[in-house]
This record gives sequence, structure tokens and C-alpha cells, in this order.
Amino acid sequence: MNALPYLKVGVYFLLILALTKPIGLYLERVFTKEPTFLDPILAPLESLLSRLSGIDPKKEQGWRAYTAAMLVFNGAGLLLVYAFQRLQELLPLNPDHLPAVSPALAFNTAVSFVTNTNWQAYSGETTMSHLTQMAALAVQNFLSAATGLALAIAVIRGLTRAESKTIGSFWSDLVRGTLWVLLPVSLVAAIFFATQGVVQDFSGTALVKTLEGGVQKIPGGPMASQESIKMFGTNGGGFLNANSAHPYANPTPATNLLQLALIFAVPAGLTTTLGKMTGKNRHGWAAFWAMSIVFLASTLLAVWSEQRGNPIHHALGVDASVGNMEGKEVRFGAADSALFASVTTSASCGAVNAMHDSLTPLAGLVAVLNIQFGEVIFGGVGAGLYGIFVFIVLTVFIAGLMVGRTPEYLGKKIEAHEVKLAMLSVLVLTFCILGGTALGVSTKAGLAGISNAGPHGLSQVLYAFTSAAGNNGSAFGGLNANSDFYSVAVALAMFFGRFWMIVPIIGIAGSLAAKKRIAETSGTFPVDGPLFVALLVGVILIVGALTFFPVLALGPIVEELLMQAGRLF
Amino acid sequence: MSSTFGKNPGTKNGGSAMREHVVTSIRLLLSLTALLGLAYPIAVWGAAQLLAAKASSGSFETAEGRVVGSSLIGQKFAAAEHFRSRPSAAGDGGWDATSSGGSNLAPTSRKLADSVKAAVEVVRKDDPAEGPVQADAVTSSGSGLDPHASPAYALRQVARIAAATGLPEPRIRELVARRTEGRFLGLFGEPRVNVLLLNLDVDAAAAERAPAPAPAAAATSDLRQ
Repeated sequence: MNALPYLKVGVYFLLILALTKPIGLYLERVFTKEPTFLDPILAPLESLLSRLSGIDPKKEQGWRAYTAAMLVFNGAGLLLVYAFQRLQELLPLNPDHLPAVSPALAFNTAVSFVTNTNWQAYSGETTMSHLTQMAALAVQNFLSAATGLALAIAVIRGLTRAESKTIGSFWSDLVRGTLWVLLPVSLVAAIFFATQGVVQDFSGTALVKTLEGGVQKIPGGPMASQESIKMFGTNGGGFLNANSAHPYANPTPATNLLQLALIFAVPAGLTTTLGKMTGKNRHGWAAFWAMSIVFLASTLLAVWSEQRGNPIHHALGVDASVGNMEGKEVRFGAADSALFASVTTSASCGAVNAMHDSLTPLAGLVAVLNIQFGEVIFGGVGAGLYGIFVFIVLTVFIAGLMVGRTPEYLGKKIEAHEVKLAMLSVLVLTFCILGGTALGVSTKAGLAGISNAGPHGLSQVLYAFTSAAGNNGSAFGGLNANSDFYSVAVALAMFFGRFWMIVPIIGIAGSLAAKKRIAETSGTFPVDGPLFVALLVGVILIVGALTFFPVLALGPIVEELLMQAGRLF
Repeated sequence: MSSTFGKNPGTKNGGSAMREHVVTSIRLLLSLTALLGLAYPIAVWGAAQLLAAKASSGSFETAEGRVVGSSLIGQKFAAAEHFRSRPSAAGDGGWDATSSGGSNLAPTSRKLADSVKAAVEVVRKDDPAEGPVQADAVTSSGSGLDPHASPAYALRQVARIAAATGLPEPRIRELVARRTEGRFLGLFGEPRVNVLLLNLDVDAAAAERAPAPAPAAAATSDLRQ
């Protein structure tokens, strides 16, 4: 057996393991307002922004005010992104004179970028002006990630505080996450990308006569500045239609590795932040290892399946040694593409460096199942942490039921109110995915979008609603999603998947912050050992698998069996 | 939103608090748009111009005084004396750089199997060799603009190119080897050959050998799909 593909996964994982602690400790300093080495530059910028916006960063908010501020700010962002798209014809930096984006598509895209989903029902290079890309879409790449980060920190504060009415200031958390975390790393990564060949200019499409005299129109634009935050903010919404498969977005194996590292950097680091802020470092690592176990298992399955390739094509005389190359770039090959597919779906990023529609069925299964686990396998920036928080609450609840004690989590009693809210956020995801898919495959408008016949057609619709509700944004791209049905249905799934999940979670945080701290006793279920890790993994797998196994059996699993039997559709 | 929070008895002066949120949101959003949407991309552009002007402007290549494409954007090669790009699903005729993307065909797609079968026949006819056909030669890439071919697929084409250009095979193999890029850190990515840069090398080597009009120029009329 060729070990190289698996070695890539192992080395990548070690890189993330090495980054987790330093990033997590830095995040903790940023949000507890301890000094950092960037303060000389950023502190003046922070006070300038506070003055311009009339914010008092010291004024703390209760969970309701925090949530209301977050919702209003995201609502304003939604309107601004919509306006930029509708008015782009009249605005500057539109060298290719692109017309206004249609209302349904503009609505879908605005929801998509504000919810950190970055589902793209359009082709960037021929739909969005440079100004729309950089001042509307890329700005939301920053702000939706900063929103997620702020919410994760607010949840952690809910755990660390006792008998407190407040969980922090949304405005201050948003600004500090943007300035101290997202902006500096994006800037450095963007400059590196530009030196590797990612375009960063403001020119329009170049008309080129090729070497053999053909004609090629080659797009330009501010791509590097968007690509870095696209990955680091786990957004996935790129400048170009082919996303990170495009050589202008991801030109070398080095840029690919950096993109992979940027996706997991903050989500993995936040587990250390959780441990540090709650004073339970080992609990943070327990969350890290629970995520890692699921991640490694699913990634190895995807790499194995892609490396094994497609037996139908092998029978036609295609070399079987390099794996499935349909929809993949030579510079990445099957293994790096399978790794990317697993990372981007685990982390609610949704950028792709290979076309997921052409993945082998088991790798496609991994991609969709990673999202269906609730985007908690590291998950999105912030979203992963507050997502795993829900599963932790459920885990201690189940552990408490087993021994007949009121469950506790980090010195707080977990009661019916918290468990109800936790289940609500789980059910919202399930309802959006299964309900949306059912609607898609039972209506004419939904069926019209399907481009591949056989079980793969069901997988396409399932993937679309899974991706939307999980705020991932990747797709089985053959699905024609630029129809009124999918524009609206997918936008609703994205909206509910984001905000109906966030509000109950912040509700739990607010209720925990208000509770008294109780002393740990010998009867307290420990949340830091292998037993806890195993239970947490069990809860994630059982909730994900039980909910979605029937539909997965009808889609990717039956397709795998039929592919092995040589069936074509 | 307002209904969710308006009903809440715990929120004092719900109306004025909401008004404050709206005003703050608008002011902060506009300030951050100026910073992240204008200042930031311009700063990246400035740094990129200083550090890597060519790479950040599209990696365009020139030959005989004219731009012939970008070394990062795959283009169609059909002439006998040129190495070929992989099949492309970008746009109707392929290699359409305004329409990047893959075939998005499923592994069980009959259409995909038929196109792979047809591509295998073409490769076997044009570049006969023992054994199976290289996977990248008969599948379309994710971007449709893959600028690379696998070294194995490039080497398969050497005999045809030698016959068409009159260059000796070892010389062409040397050109392929020189353009072969390895894995990053010996581990990440896969070995590859940039097809446009390799073809420019072949044209230059052929022109050196026969200083008459370059063979490439004679073949430019071929615009078939």
C-alpha cells in the first residue's frame, strides 16, 4: 500500500496540533483585553472605530441585548450586501460593466455571506463587480466570522461567570476579533498568496491570443485579499467560480497547505481558549480530541476512497494508481483533494479545491456527513465551539441521567431549560436538512435542478440543504441552484441554520451566567478524561447517524454499491 | 427580530435600546467597510506590487513580443508539435477562463464514462504506448483551467512531439524534466509539468534548430474544439 496519502493527513494533523495552543492562548488574551504585541498599532485603530461608531467598549450587555445587537448588526450587513449587488452597475470598480444582480440571487447571496455560509449560486467572475466582491462580500467574510467568534467567547463567559447579568459587549468582541485576529493574519496570508500567483489587481478581463491562436478571456481583480479571509474566516466564498480549485485562487501545493491550515486554525485554537478561560485546560483538550477522533476517521475514509478511484473508469483503460482525478487538479492530486474536502466540510468552510459532485460516493458521504454532525468537528470560526457546547450539554445530561443525578457542567447545574434549548438547536438543523431535501425531491421546481441521474440526484439535493443549514457553502455543483426555488429555499435554510441555532445557544449561555456556582464533588461527572471524550464522540455520532442514516443509505451508500457493480445512469 | 425581543418583559425601554443598536450597527458597518473593504485590499495590492508584481498581476507570459496567455491558466493545445492540456469542462468549448469549473458529473454518470472512453481512444491513437492511459489525460479538472499535466502524461507525448518538431527525443525529455515541479516539502501536492511553459520551451528549441518560421506559428489556424 502506498502510505504517502495517509502521511499527508498525519503531518497536516500534527501541524494543527502544534498551532492549537499558541492560537488559543492568543485568543484568550485578545478577549480578556490583556496586552498583546499588536497593541501599539491596533489599540489606536480600535479607539478610532469606537469613536466613529459611538461604542463604549466597557459597557457590558446581558444575553438579550448581546443577541439583539448581533441580529441588528447582521441585518444591516444583509441590507448593505443586497444594495451593493443591486447597484453595482452605477458604482465604481466595475471594469467589465456587469449589470445589477437579479433580486432573488442578490437576496440569496446576501443571506449566504452574512450567515458565514457562502453558498454561491453565481459565477463570481461574470456576476460580481470588483467593488461588490471586496466591499460587500469580502467584508462579510470578515464580519460573519467575527460574529461567530464573538458568540463563542460569549458562551465561554457564560460558563466562567456566576450570578452575572452580563456576558460581555458584542460591539467590543466584534471589533477586537476583527482587528486582533482576522485582519492581521489575512493580511499576511494574502500577501503570501499574491507572491505565489494569486491575482491582486483592479483590472478587468484581459483578452489574450493563446499560443496556438485561440482567444481566451482571463479575469482580474482583488482575489488575494479575499482568498485569505475566505479560508481564515471559514467562509469559503471565493472570487472565482471554481473556488480554490482555480489556479488563480490556489496556485501551488504550498498555498493549498496554508489554506488548509487557515481553515482549522481558529476553530482548533478555540478549544484551548475554552480550557484556559474556564480554568480547565484538560477540558479544552478533551473537546479537541473528541473533534480529532471524528476528523481523522472521516478523513482517512475519504482519502482511501479517492485513492482507490473509480472501477468503471479503470475498466475503460484508465490508470488506477493515482486515484479519482475527475474534478481534480494535477498539482493537488486525489489525496490532497480528499483531505481538503474533509477539512472544508468539517469546519463549515465550504471552499473546495476539487469538485465534490465528482467525488467517489464514499468521499461524498464523508463530506455531507461531516456537515450533518452539526459542524462541530472543529467547525466554523466560533460556530464550531458553540456547536460542540451544545453536544457537551447533551453529553453531561445523558451522563447525569445514567447515574440519576442532576447534571453539572463546570460548576453549573444543567436543567430542563438548558437541555430544551440545546435540543432546539439540534432539531433546527435536522428540520432544515430533511425538510428541505424532502421538499426538493417532491416538487417539480426542486427536481428540475438535478443534473445527475440515479441515487446521485438525491445526494445533490441532500447536499444542498445540508450545506445551507450547516452554513457550509460547498455544493454538489452540478445542481442548478440559480432558480427561484433553490434561491429562496436554500436562503431560508441558511438563515434558520445560523440564527435559530445561535439564539437558543446564547440563551443557554445567559442562563448559565446567571446561575450560582456549585462545588465539585466526587459525584460530579468529570469532563476531561477519556470516558468523557468517548461519550462526547458517541453523542455526536449517534445524533448525526441516527438522524441521517436512512437518507444517506438511499444516496451515497447505494451509489457506492452500484458503482462497484459497474452500474451507470 | 423586533417581535422576538419586544415581547420580552426583561428588556427595559426596548424601543430606545433597539434604536441605539440600529444606529451603532450602521456606523460600525460603514467604518468597517472602509477599513476591510477598501483599505485592506489596497494595502494587499500595494505590498503585492512591491514584492511580486508579475505573480500578482496574472502571471502572463510573452513570446515573440506578444502575450500568449497565463502560466497559471490552462489553454487548448491541438497542434502535433505541442504537449496537450487535460480535457476541460470550463465553458462550452473548454478552457473558457470566464467560466471556470468542472464537469460535475457523478462517478456513476454514463455521460462521464462515455467521455472518458472517447478520450482514452484519442490518447491511445495519438500517443500510443503500453499500459493504461494516465488518469489526468482523460478526466477534466476542477477548474477546467488546470495549467499542468502529470509528468507521466507529458512523457507519453514525447515521441509525437519529436516526430512533429524534428527535435531528438532525449532533448524533449530533458525539457520535460526541467519543467517538472516536485511536491512541496517532499510531501504535499503532486509532481506536475506546466504545459504552456513547456510548449514555449519546445517552440524555442525547435526555432533554434530550424531558424525558419517557428512550427507553432504554422499551426495556429487550428481552432477546432
